[in-house]
Amino acid sequence: MQAVVIVFPGSNCDRDVAVALERAAGKPPLMIWHRETDLPLADLIVLPGGFSYGDYLRAGAMAAQSPVMREVRARAGAGVPVLGICNGFQILTECGLLPGALLRNSGLAFVCRDVWLRVETADSVHTRAYRPGEVVRFPIAHHDGNFRADPDTVRALEDGDRIAFRYCNPAGEVGGGANPNGSVDDIAGILNERRNVLGLMPHPERLADPRLGGADGARMFAGLVQALA
Amino acid sequence: MKARVEITLKQGVLDPQGKAIANALEQMGFAGVAGVRQGKVIEIELAETDARRAEESVRSMCERLLANRVIEDYTVELGI
Repeated sequence: MQAVVIVFPGSNCDRDVAVALERAAGKPPLMIWHRETDLPLADLIVLPGGFSYGDYLRAGAMAAQSPVMREVRARAGAGVPVLGICNGFQILTECGLLPGALLRNSGLAFVCRDVWLRVETADSVHTRAYRPGEVVRFPIAHHDGNFRADPDTVRALEDGDRIAFRYCNPAGEVGGGANPNGSVDDIAGILNERRNVLGLMPHPERLADPRLGGADGARMFAGLVQALA
Repeated sequence: MKARVEITLKQGVLDPQGKAIANALEQMGFAGVAGVRQGKVIEIELAETDARRAEESVRSMCERLLANRVIEDYTVELGI
């Protein structure tokens, strides 16, 4: 599997995700600077976490207008899998590849800690390595992770089995105190209608090695490699 | 020509920053603050001198970049 990682000014998880991808795929991803207008052939496009453009205007708003995004949108439209993590998720909503928006956390604070997530669907190349209902642990590190969408959009996400992850407690129960940022319906990650684009606020690449305290995230990359090799 | 764009969160979209400001005002002793909504103002200097074309252009800027229409409303005001 050949992955590309798009690097924006202010990306800071590009190398972390490259390590996780290389470990899963056996070869490194291509790192593509956001000013590029062409993309090499790729089986997977990753928009990494970070603070592109210092979150100026709105998180992800400027990066969504980067030259490379025209090609990312075209590839996504052609069915190429796209994974947006944290700032990558914000960029995907800002450029219209995913619905909704990510607002300031309801508690106003930047939240940096591990969270528990319930896998809501295994029906995507990104989540196929997990079991629906399974509880996994990924870290979060964000200020603007409060997912909002109008009620019709949220219903469409639910009805279409397009909610990929929900914040939960260690027992897998959603609702209440487990939600770290106020996201509607405890939503942590969503898929597009075609199911080839996933955006999520938590960082699978940051718990992808047991030596770092956990490897739940590694399975996402292993599943992608299996599906796309 | 100068344009002034005011961007606000749509009604119904929770504004935690506005809420924090309201709480602070209350703690400072300002009575009767029924609600606070925080937005942003963007001032743009335009070479365009025709008001109609200027407004059209600024509205397009709002739709495409300055405002996120999923969560935000905007108003455009043109000056001299």
